[in-house]
Amino acid sequence: MAFRSLLGKTKPLLGFRPIDQRLGLSCRGLQTFSLPDLPYDYGALEPAISGEIMELHHKKHHQTYITNYNKALEQLHEAMEKGDTQTVVKLQSAIKFNGGGHVNHSIFWKNLTPVSVSGGDLPHGNLGWAIDTGFGSFEKLVAKINTEGAAVQGSGWVWLALDKELKKLVVETTANQDPLVTKGPNLVPLVGIDVWEHAYYLQYKNVRPDYLKNIWKVMNWKYAGQVYDEFTSQV
Amino acid sequence: MAFLNTSPTHSTTINLLSSHSFSQLKLPKPSLGRRHIPQALKASKVLSFYGLTTPPYDIDALEPHMSQRTLEVHWGKYHRDYVDGLNKQLENSPLYGHTMEELVKITYNNGNPLPEFNNAAQVWNHDFFWESMQPDGGKMPWGGLLQQIEKDFGSFDKFKEEFVEAALTLFGSGWVWLVLKKKEKRLTVIKTSNAVSPLVWGDIPILALDMWEHAYYQDYKDDRVKYVNTFMNHLVSWHAATVRMARAESFVNLGEPKIPVA
Repeated sequence: MAFRSLLGKTKPLLGFRPIDQRLGLSCRGLQTFSLPDLPYDYGALEPAISGEIMELHHKKHHQTYITNYNKALEQLHEAMEKGDTQTVVKLQSAIKFNGGGHVNHSIFWKNLTPVSVSGGDLPHGNLGWAIDTGFGSFEKLVAKINTEGAAVQGSGWVWLALDKELKKLVVETTANQDPLVTKGPNLVPLVGIDVWEHAYYLQYKNVRPDYLKNIWKVMNWKYAGQVYDEFTSQV
Repeated sequence: MAFLNTSPTHSTTINLLSSHSFSQLKLPKPSLGRRHIPQALKASKVLSFYGLTTPPYDIDALEPHMSQRTLEVHWGKYHRDYVDGLNKQLENSPLYGHTMEELVKITYNNGNPLPEFNNAAQVWNHDFFWESMQPDGGKMPWGGLLQQIEKDFGSFDKFKEEFVEAALTLFGSGWVWLVLKKKEKRLTVIKTSNAVSPLVWGDIPILALDMWEHAYYQDYKDDRVKYVNTFMNHLVSWHAATVRMARAESFVNLGEPKIPVA
Protein backbone atom coordinates (compact mmCIF):
# COMPACT_ATOMS: atom_id res chain seq x y z
CA MET A 1 0.00 0.00 0.00
CA ALA A 2 1.17 3.45 -0.83
CA PHE A 3 0.98 4.70 2.74
CA ARG A 4 3.06 1.84 4.02
CA SER A 5 5.75 2.17 1.42
CA LEU A 6 6.10 5.86 2.10
CA LEU A 7 5.99 5.80 5.85
CA GLY A 8 8.00 2.61 5.89
CA LYS A 9 10.89 4.69 4.72
CA THR A 10 10.44 7.48 7.19
CA LYS A 11 9.46 5.36 10.15
CA PRO A 12 13.06 4.84 11.26
CA LEU A 13 13.29 8.53 12.00
CA LEU A 14 10.31 8.48 14.31
CA GLY A 15 11.62 5.70 16.48
CA PHE A 16 15.34 6.11 15.85
CA ARG A 17 15.49 2.32 15.84
CA PRO A 18 17.51 1.71 12.72
CA ILE A 19 20.09 4.22 13.86
CA ASP A 20 20.53 2.23 17.06
CA GLN A 21 20.80 -0.91 15.00
CA ARG A 22 23.32 0.69 12.73
CA LEU A 23 25.47 1.50 15.70
CA GLY A 24 26.08 -2.17 16.18
CA LEU A 25 26.76 -2.61 12.50
CA SER A 26 28.97 0.35 11.89
CA CYS A 27 30.75 -1.30 9.01
CA ARG A 28 27.52 -1.12 7.01
CA GLY A 29 26.73 1.83 4.79
CA LEU A 30 24.44 4.51 6.13
CA GLN A 31 20.86 4.40 4.90
CA THR A 32 20.04 7.59 3.04
CA PHE A 33 16.74 8.91 1.82
CA SER A 34 15.63 10.01 -1.60
CA LEU A 35 12.79 12.11 -2.92
CA PRO A 36 9.55 10.11 -3.21
CA ASP A 37 7.66 10.50 -6.50
CA LEU A 38 4.53 12.60 -6.51
CA PRO A 39 1.52 10.35 -7.10
CA TYR A 40 0.18 12.90 -9.66
CA ASP A 41 1.47 15.51 -12.13
CA TYR A 42 2.62 18.91 -10.91
CA GLY A 43 -0.26 20.64 -12.69
CA ALA A 44 -2.89 18.12 -11.60
CA LEU A 45 -4.05 20.11 -8.57
CA GLU A 46 -4.82 23.29 -10.51
CA PRO A 47 -6.55 25.61 -9.99
CA ALA A 48 -6.38 25.00 -6.22
CA ILE A 49 -2.56 24.82 -6.26
CA SER A 50 -0.58 25.90 -9.29
CA GLY A 51 1.81 23.60 -11.11
CA GLU A 52 4.66 26.06 -10.51
CA ILE A 53 4.16 25.88 -6.76
CA MET A 54 3.93 22.09 -6.77
CA GLU A 55 7.07 21.69 -8.85
CA LEU A 56 9.18 24.02 -6.69
CA HIS A 57 7.72 22.60 -3.52
CA HIS A 58 8.47 19.02 -4.46
CA LYS A 59 11.63 19.26 -6.56
CA LYS A 60 13.37 22.01 -4.63
CA HIS A 61 12.05 22.36 -1.10
CA HIS A 62 11.41 18.71 -0.29
CA GLN A 63 14.66 17.74 -2.01
CA THR A 64 16.60 20.24 0.12
CA TYR A 65 15.17 18.79 3.33
CA ILE A 66 16.21 15.32 2.19
CA THR A 67 19.70 16.43 1.17
CA ASN A 68 20.28 18.18 4.49
CA TYR A 69 18.72 15.34 6.45
CA ASN A 70 21.08 12.85 4.81
CA LYS A 71 23.99 15.18 5.54
CA ALA A 72 23.00 15.45 9.19
CA LEU A 73 22.59 11.69 9.50
CA GLU A 74 26.05 11.18 8.09
CA GLN A 75 27.52 13.60 10.59
CA LEU A 76 25.53 11.96 13.37
CA HIS A 77 26.81 8.57 12.36
CA GLU A 78 30.36 9.81 12.46
CA ALA A 79 29.93 11.59 15.77
CA MET A 80 28.36 8.55 17.40
CA GLU A 81 31.15 6.32 16.25
CA LYS A 82 33.64 8.72 17.76
CA GLY A 83 31.58 9.05 20.93
CA ASP A 84 31.44 12.79 20.32
CA THR A 85 28.41 13.63 22.45
CA GLN A 86 28.66 17.39 21.90
CA THR A 87 28.26 16.99 18.16
CA VAL A 88 25.50 14.40 18.58
CA VAL A 89 23.50 16.86 20.66
CA LYS A 90 24.29 19.78 18.37
CA LEU A 91 22.94 17.86 15.37
CA GLN A 92 19.50 17.34 16.91
CA SER A 93 18.03 20.62 15.66
CA ALA A 94 19.14 19.99 12.08
CA ILE A 95 17.76 16.45 12.26
CA LYS A 96 14.43 17.63 13.62
CA PHE A 97 14.14 20.37 11.02
CA ASN A 98 15.27 18.48 7.94
CA GLY A 99 14.03 15.05 8.95
CA GLY A 100 10.76 16.68 9.97
CA GLY A 101 10.60 18.42 6.62
CA HIS A 102 10.97 15.07 4.89
CA VAL A 103 8.34 13.35 7.06
CA ASN A 104 5.85 16.20 6.76
CA HIS A 105 6.11 16.66 3.02
CA SER A 106 5.89 12.90 2.41
CA ILE A 107 2.54 12.95 4.22
CA PHE A 108 1.42 16.17 2.54
CA TRP A 109 1.75 14.79 -1.00
CA LYS A 110 -0.41 11.83 0.02
CA ASN A 111 -2.99 14.16 1.51
CA LEU A 112 -3.67 15.77 -1.85
CA THR A 113 -5.16 14.32 -4.99
CA PRO A 114 -6.59 15.77 -8.21
CA VAL A 115 -10.31 16.50 -8.37
CA SER A 116 -10.53 14.04 -11.28
CA VAL A 117 -9.37 11.23 -9.00
CA SER A 118 -11.20 11.86 -5.75
CA GLY A 119 -9.91 15.25 -4.60
CA GLY A 120 -12.40 17.02 -2.38
CA ASP A 121 -14.70 14.02 -1.98
CA LEU A 122 -16.02 14.21 1.55
CA PRO A 123 -14.82 11.74 4.17
CA HIS A 124 -17.21 8.92 4.88
CA GLY A 125 -17.04 5.59 6.68
CA ASN A 126 -15.49 5.48 10.12
CA LEU A 127 -13.55 8.72 9.72
CA GLY A 128 -16.67 10.56 8.55
CA TRP A 129 -18.50 9.42 11.69
CA ALA A 130 -15.59 10.30 13.92
CA ILE A 131 -15.45 13.83 12.46
CA ASP A 132 -19.17 14.39 13.04
CA THR A 133 -18.92 13.07 16.57
CA GLY A 134 -15.74 14.91 17.45
CA PHE A 135 -16.34 18.29 15.82
CA GLY A 136 -20.11 18.48 15.23
CA SER A 137 -19.84 18.44 11.46
CA PHE A 138 -17.36 18.32 8.60
CA GLU A 139 -17.82 22.07 8.03
CA LYS A 140 -16.98 22.79 11.65
CA LEU A 141 -13.79 20.76 11.37
CA VAL A 142 -12.76 22.63 8.23
CA ALA A 143 -13.50 25.96 9.90
CA LYS A 144 -11.41 24.97 12.92
CA ILE A 145 -8.44 23.86 10.83
CA ASN A 146 -8.66 26.99 8.68
CA THR A 147 -8.71 29.24 11.74
CA GLU A 148 -5.83 27.50 13.47
CA GLY A 149 -3.83 27.25 10.26
CA ALA A 150 -4.26 30.94 9.55
CA ALA A 151 -3.12 31.76 13.08
CA VAL A 152 0.20 29.88 12.86
CA GLN A 153 2.89 32.53 13.30
CA GLY A 154 5.56 32.34 10.64
CA SER A 155 6.10 28.91 9.14
CA GLY A 156 4.45 25.67 10.21
CA TRP A 157 1.79 23.05 9.78
CA VAL A 158 -1.79 22.44 10.85
CA TRP A 159 -2.90 18.85 11.40
CA LEU A 160 -5.90 16.64 11.80
CA ALA A 161 -4.57 13.87 14.00
CA LEU A 162 -5.77 10.68 15.56
CA ASP A 163 -4.78 10.10 19.16
CA LYS A 164 -4.43 6.36 18.84
CA GLU A 165 -4.57 5.75 22.61
CA LEU A 166 -7.72 7.77 23.23
CA LYS A 167 -9.12 6.96 19.76
CA LYS A 168 -9.97 10.61 19.43
CA LEU A 169 -9.51 13.17 16.64
CA VAL A 170 -7.62 16.37 17.45
CA VAL A 171 -6.48 19.46 15.56
CA GLU A 172 -2.87 20.44 16.25
CA THR A 173 -0.35 22.92 14.88
CA THR A 174 3.42 22.60 14.75
CA ALA A 175 6.06 25.27 14.16
CA ASN A 176 8.53 25.21 11.26
CA GLN A 177 9.16 21.59 10.29
CA ASP A 178 8.44 20.01 13.66
CA PRO A 179 6.69 16.75 12.84
CA LEU A 180 3.39 15.98 14.54
CA VAL A 181 5.00 13.42 16.82
CA THR A 182 6.64 16.30 18.72
CA LYS A 183 3.17 17.20 20.02
CA GLY A 184 2.58 13.75 21.48
CA PRO A 185 3.82 10.20 20.85
CA ASN A 186 0.29 8.87 20.27
CA LEU A 187 -0.62 11.30 17.52
CA VAL A 188 -1.05 9.84 14.04
CA PRO A 189 -1.21 12.36 11.19
CA LEU A 190 -4.33 11.99 9.05
CA VAL A 191 -4.20 15.36 7.30
CA GLY A 192 -1.27 17.76 7.37
CA ILE A 193 -1.48 21.15 5.68
CA ASP A 194 1.69 23.07 4.96
CA VAL A 195 1.26 26.74 5.87
CA TRP A 196 4.80 27.79 4.99
CA GLU A 197 4.70 30.69 2.57
CA HIS A 198 6.44 28.56 -0.09
CA ALA A 199 3.29 26.42 -0.17
CA TYR A 200 1.10 29.27 -1.41
CA TYR A 201 2.92 32.60 -1.91
CA LEU A 202 3.27 32.51 -5.72
CA GLN A 203 -0.49 32.09 -6.07
CA TYR A 204 -2.12 33.52 -2.95
CA LYS A 205 0.51 36.05 -1.77
CA ASN A 206 -0.36 37.26 1.73
CA VAL A 207 -3.84 35.72 1.77
CA ARG A 208 -3.21 32.46 3.55
CA PRO A 209 -6.93 31.99 4.39
CA ASP A 210 -7.77 31.71 0.66
CA TYR A 211 -5.16 28.99 0.23
CA LEU A 212 -6.63 27.13 3.18
CA LYS A 213 -10.12 27.55 1.79
CA ASN A 214 -9.14 26.11 -1.58
CA ILE A 215 -6.96 23.25 -0.47
CA TRP A 216 -10.02 21.27 0.62
CA LYS A 217 -10.96 20.97 -3.05
CA VAL A 218 -7.99 18.66 -3.60
CA MET A 219 -8.01 16.90 -0.24
CA ASN A 220 -7.58 13.14 -0.35
CA TRP A 221 -9.99 11.96 2.34
CA LYS A 222 -9.78 8.43 1.06
CA TYR A 223 -6.17 8.30 2.17
CA ALA A 224 -6.97 9.89 5.55
CA GLY A 225 -9.78 7.34 6.02
CA GLN A 226 -7.41 4.44 5.31
CA VAL A 227 -4.90 5.64 7.87
CA TYR A 228 -7.71 6.18 10.38
CA ASP A 229 -9.03 2.65 9.86
CA GLU A 230 -5.60 1.16 10.10
CA PHE A 231 -4.83 2.74 13.46
CA THR A 232 -8.27 2.33 15.01
CA SER A 233 -8.51 -1.35 14.15
CA GLN A 234 -5.22 -2.09 15.92
CA VAL A 235 -5.70 -3.72 19.32
CA MET B 1 6.30 54.79 -9.85
CA ALA B 2 6.99 56.62 -6.65
CA PHE B 3 5.73 55.39 -3.33
CA LEU B 4 4.26 58.77 -2.60
CA ASN B 5 1.84 58.42 -5.46
CA THR B 6 0.51 55.03 -4.53
CA SER B 7 -1.83 55.64 -1.66
CA PRO B 8 -1.96 58.98 0.07
CA THR B 9 -4.10 57.74 2.93
CA HIS B 10 -1.60 55.10 3.96
CA SER B 11 1.74 56.35 2.89
CA THR B 12 2.27 58.92 5.58
CA THR B 13 2.82 58.31 9.24
CA ILE B 14 -0.26 59.37 11.09
CA ASN B 15 0.01 59.96 14.78
CA LEU B 16 -2.14 61.77 17.25
CA LEU B 17 -5.13 62.20 15.04
CA SER B 18 -8.25 63.69 16.45
CA SER B 19 -11.37 61.57 16.23
CA HIS B 20 -12.64 64.01 13.66
CA SER B 21 -9.93 63.16 11.14
CA PHE B 22 -10.78 59.48 11.24
CA SER B 23 -13.81 60.06 9.09
CA GLN B 24 -11.61 61.25 6.26
CA LEU B 25 -9.38 58.20 6.30
CA LYS B 26 -10.08 54.75 4.99
CA LEU B 27 -8.74 53.24 8.16
CA PRO B 28 -10.57 51.20 10.78
CA LYS B 29 -12.42 53.51 13.13
CA PRO B 30 -12.63 53.11 16.85
CA SER B 31 -16.26 52.47 17.64
CA LEU B 32 -16.72 55.56 19.75
CA GLY B 33 -20.42 55.80 19.22
CA ARG B 34 -21.30 52.43 20.57
CA ARG B 35 -19.37 52.62 23.78
CA HIS B 36 -20.04 54.69 26.80
CA ILE B 37 -17.06 56.90 27.46
CA PRO B 38 -17.28 59.25 30.42
CA GLN B 39 -17.50 62.88 29.36
CA ALA B 40 -14.30 63.87 31.10
CA LEU B 41 -12.36 61.15 29.37
CA LYS B 42 -13.86 61.92 26.03
CA ALA B 43 -12.64 65.45 26.22
CA SER B 44 -9.12 64.63 27.24
CA LYS B 45 -8.55 61.33 25.48
CA VAL B 46 -5.92 61.57 22.80
CA LEU B 47 -6.54 59.14 20.01
CA SER B 48 -3.60 57.98 17.99
CA PHE B 49 -3.24 55.71 15.09
CA TYR B 50 -0.26 53.92 13.65
CA GLY B 51 0.30 54.53 9.96
CA LEU B 52 2.17 52.65 7.26
CA THR B 53 5.58 54.25 6.83
CA THR B 54 6.93 54.69 3.31
CA PRO B 55 10.31 53.24 2.37
CA PRO B 56 12.86 55.98 1.70
CA TYR B 57 13.09 55.26 -2.05
CA ASP B 58 10.82 54.61 -5.02
CA ILE B 59 9.06 51.29 -5.23
CA ASP B 60 11.13 50.22 -8.24
CA ALA B 61 14.40 51.67 -6.96
CA LEU B 62 15.84 48.37 -5.77
CA GLU B 63 15.42 46.69 -9.16
CA PRO B 64 16.74 44.30 -10.35
CA HIS B 65 17.88 43.01 -6.96
CA MET B 66 14.51 43.37 -5.31
CA SER B 67 11.68 43.76 -7.77
CA GLN B 68 8.88 46.28 -7.77
CA ARG B 69 6.48 43.33 -7.61
CA THR B 70 8.11 42.13 -4.40
CA LEU B 71 7.85 45.60 -2.86
CA GLU B 72 4.23 45.94 -3.93
CA VAL B 73 3.31 42.76 -2.12
CA HIS B 74 5.80 42.93 0.75
CA TRP B 75 5.31 46.59 1.62
CA GLY B 76 1.87 47.16 0.07
CA LYS B 77 0.24 44.02 1.46
CA TYR B 78 2.24 42.27 4.18
CA HIS B 79 3.53 45.36 5.94
CA ARG B 80 0.15 47.07 5.56
CA ASP B 81 -1.59 43.99 7.01
CA TYR B 82 0.61 44.17 10.10
CA VAL B 83 -0.24 47.87 10.55
CA ASP B 84 -3.96 47.31 9.99
CA GLY B 85 -3.95 44.28 12.27
CA LEU B 86 -2.22 46.24 15.01
CA ASN B 87 -4.66 49.16 14.79
CA LYS B 88 -7.54 46.73 14.95
CA GLN B 89 -6.11 45.07 18.04
CA LEU B 90 -5.43 48.40 19.70
CA GLU B 91 -8.84 49.89 19.11
CA ASN B 92 -9.52 51.85 22.27
CA SER B 93 -6.56 50.18 23.97
CA PRO B 94 -4.53 51.95 26.64
CA LEU B 95 -1.41 50.80 24.78
CA TYR B 96 -1.85 53.61 22.28
CA GLY B 97 0.38 56.60 22.66
CA HIS B 98 3.64 54.66 22.71
CA THR B 99 6.26 54.85 20.04
CA MET B 100 6.47 51.66 18.00
CA GLU B 101 9.75 50.80 19.71
CA GLU B 102 8.17 51.13 23.14
CA LEU B 103 5.16 49.15 22.01
CA VAL B 104 7.39 46.27 20.85
CA LYS B 105 9.16 46.18 24.22
CA ILE B 106 5.98 46.46 26.26
CA THR B 107 4.01 43.86 24.33
CA TYR B 108 6.94 41.42 24.49
CA ASN B 109 6.08 41.39 28.17
CA ASN B 110 9.37 39.86 29.34
CA GLY B 111 9.03 36.80 27.16
CA ASN B 112 5.29 36.24 27.60
CA PRO B 113 4.20 38.16 24.52
CA LEU B 114 0.81 39.87 24.49
CA PRO B 115 -1.43 39.24 21.45
CA GLU B 116 -0.34 42.59 19.97
CA PHE B 117 3.35 41.68 19.95
CA ASN B 118 3.51 39.97 16.56
CA ASN B 119 1.95 42.86 14.67
CA ALA B 120 3.80 45.56 16.60
CA ALA B 121 7.17 43.86 16.15
CA GLN B 122 6.56 43.12 12.48
CA VAL B 123 5.63 46.76 11.84
CA TRP B 124 8.83 47.91 13.50
CA ASN B 125 10.94 45.19 11.83
CA HIS B 126 9.69 46.09 8.37
CA ASP B 127 10.21 49.84 8.86
CA PHE B 128 13.73 49.03 9.96
CA PHE B 129 14.28 46.62 7.07
CA TRP B 130 13.23 49.10 4.35
CA GLU B 131 15.65 51.58 5.84
CA SER B 132 18.39 48.96 5.96
CA MET B 133 18.47 49.01 2.16
CA GLN B 134 19.12 51.59 -0.52
CA PRO B 135 19.45 51.71 -4.29
CA ASP B 136 23.03 50.98 -5.31
CA GLY B 137 23.77 49.66 -1.85
CA GLY B 138 26.21 46.98 -0.76
CA LYS B 139 29.94 47.62 -1.04
CA MET B 140 31.80 48.49 2.13
CA PRO B 141 31.15 50.37 5.35
CA TRP B 142 33.71 53.00 6.28
CA GLY B 143 35.10 55.00 9.19
CA GLY B 144 34.21 54.11 12.74
CA LEU B 145 31.67 51.49 11.77
CA LEU B 146 34.20 49.62 9.66
CA GLN B 147 36.75 49.81 12.47
CA GLN B 148 34.24 48.44 14.94
CA ILE B 149 33.31 45.61 12.56
CA GLU B 150 36.98 44.76 12.10
CA LYS B 151 37.51 44.86 15.83
CA ASP B 152 34.55 42.62 16.66
CA PHE B 153 34.62 40.17 13.73
CA GLY B 154 38.28 40.17 12.73
CA SER B 155 37.61 41.56 9.27
CA PHE B 156 34.76 42.80 7.11
CA ASP B 157 34.82 39.54 5.13
CA LYS B 158 34.49 37.53 8.32
CA PHE B 159 31.49 39.63 9.34
CA LYS B 160 29.92 38.99 5.94
CA GLU B 161 30.54 35.28 6.25
CA GLU B 162 28.96 35.17 9.67
CA PHE B 163 25.93 37.18 8.57
CA VAL B 164 25.32 34.98 5.53
CA GLU B 165 25.83 31.81 7.56
CA ALA B 166 23.28 32.98 10.14
CA ALA B 167 20.73 33.67 7.39
CA LEU B 168 21.20 30.28 5.79
CA THR B 169 20.95 28.34 9.03
CA LEU B 170 17.76 29.99 10.24
CA PHE B 171 15.00 27.40 10.63
CA GLY B 172 11.67 28.69 9.34
CA SER B 173 10.64 32.38 9.17
CA GLY B 174 12.66 35.06 10.87
CA TRP B 175 15.26 37.81 10.74
CA VAL B 176 19.02 38.21 10.75
CA TRP B 177 20.46 41.22 12.53
CA LEU B 178 23.63 43.13 13.09
CA VAL B 179 23.22 44.53 16.58
CA LEU B 180 25.28 46.45 19.07
CA LYS B 181 25.24 44.69 22.43
CA LYS B 182 25.02 47.35 25.08
CA LYS B 183 26.76 45.62 27.98
CA GLU B 184 29.34 43.76 25.94
CA LYS B 185 29.93 46.89 23.85
CA ARG B 186 30.36 44.87 20.72
CA LEU B 187 28.72 44.22 17.38
CA THR B 188 27.14 40.79 17.01
CA VAL B 189 25.17 38.89 14.37
CA ILE B 190 22.02 37.29 15.70
CA LYS B 191 18.98 35.61 14.23
CA THR B 192 15.44 35.73 15.55
CA SER B 193 12.33 33.67 14.86
CA ASN B 194 9.14 34.99 13.30
CA ALA B 195 8.46 38.50 14.62
CA VAL B 196 11.01 38.69 17.44
CA SER B 197 13.16 41.80 17.41
CA PRO B 198 16.43 42.18 19.33
CA LEU B 199 14.98 45.37 20.81
CA VAL B 200 13.29 43.17 23.39
CA TRP B 201 16.66 42.20 24.90
CA GLY B 202 17.92 45.76 24.89
CA ASP B 203 20.25 45.28 21.92
CA ILE B 204 20.62 48.18 19.49
CA PRO B 205 19.83 47.01 15.95
CA ILE B 206 22.14 48.31 13.20
CA LEU B 207 20.92 46.21 10.22
CA ALA B 208 18.11 43.77 9.52
CA LEU B 209 17.52 41.18 6.83
CA ASP B 210 14.05 39.71 6.40
CA MET B 211 14.31 35.93 5.99
CA TRP B 212 10.58 35.24 5.74
CA GLU B 213 9.93 33.53 2.42
CA HIS B 214 7.64 36.37 1.34
CA ALA B 215 10.68 38.66 1.31
CA TYR B 216 12.43 36.83 -1.50
CA TYR B 217 10.21 34.19 -3.03
CA GLN B 218 9.00 36.29 -5.95
CA ASP B 219 12.55 37.10 -7.02
CA TYR B 220 14.63 34.16 -5.83
CA LYS B 221 12.21 31.28 -5.16
CA ASP B 222 14.00 28.83 -2.84
CA ASP B 223 17.46 30.25 -3.60
CA ARG B 224 18.23 31.80 -0.23
CA VAL B 225 21.95 31.85 -0.93
CA LYS B 226 21.46 34.18 -3.88
CA TYR B 227 19.03 36.40 -1.96
CA VAL B 228 21.33 36.81 1.04
CA ASN B 229 24.40 37.50 -1.10
CA THR B 230 22.48 39.99 -3.20
CA PHE B 231 21.42 41.81 -0.06
CA MET B 232 25.03 41.99 1.08
CA ASN B 233 26.49 42.99 -2.29
CA HIS B 234 23.83 45.28 -3.75
CA LEU B 235 21.16 46.31 -1.26
CA VAL B 236 22.46 46.85 2.25
CA SER B 237 22.67 50.52 3.22
CA TRP B 238 25.91 51.25 5.04
CA HIS B 239 24.74 54.86 5.19
CA ALA B 240 21.80 53.83 7.34
CA ALA B 241 24.03 51.59 9.43
CA THR B 242 26.49 54.46 9.98
CA VAL B 243 23.74 56.79 11.15
CA ARG B 244 22.34 54.13 13.47
CA MET B 245 25.79 53.45 14.83
CA ALA B 246 26.33 57.13 15.55
CA ARG B 247 23.05 57.21 17.45
CA ALA B 248 23.95 53.99 19.29
CA GLU B 249 27.19 55.57 20.45
CA SER B 250 25.27 58.06 22.53
CA PHE B 251 24.13 55.07 24.60
CA VAL B 252 27.26 52.92 24.47
CA ASN B 253 30.80 54.14 24.91
CA LEU B 254 32.82 52.08 22.47
CA GLY B 255 36.20 53.59 23.18
CA GLU B 256 38.41 53.73 26.21
CA PRO B 257 37.24 56.61 28.33
CA LYS B 258 39.49 59.63 27.63
CA ILE B 259 39.75 61.52 30.84
CA PRO B 260 41.20 64.94 30.28
CA VAL B 261 44.41 65.59 32.13
CA ALA B 262 44.11 68.48 34.51
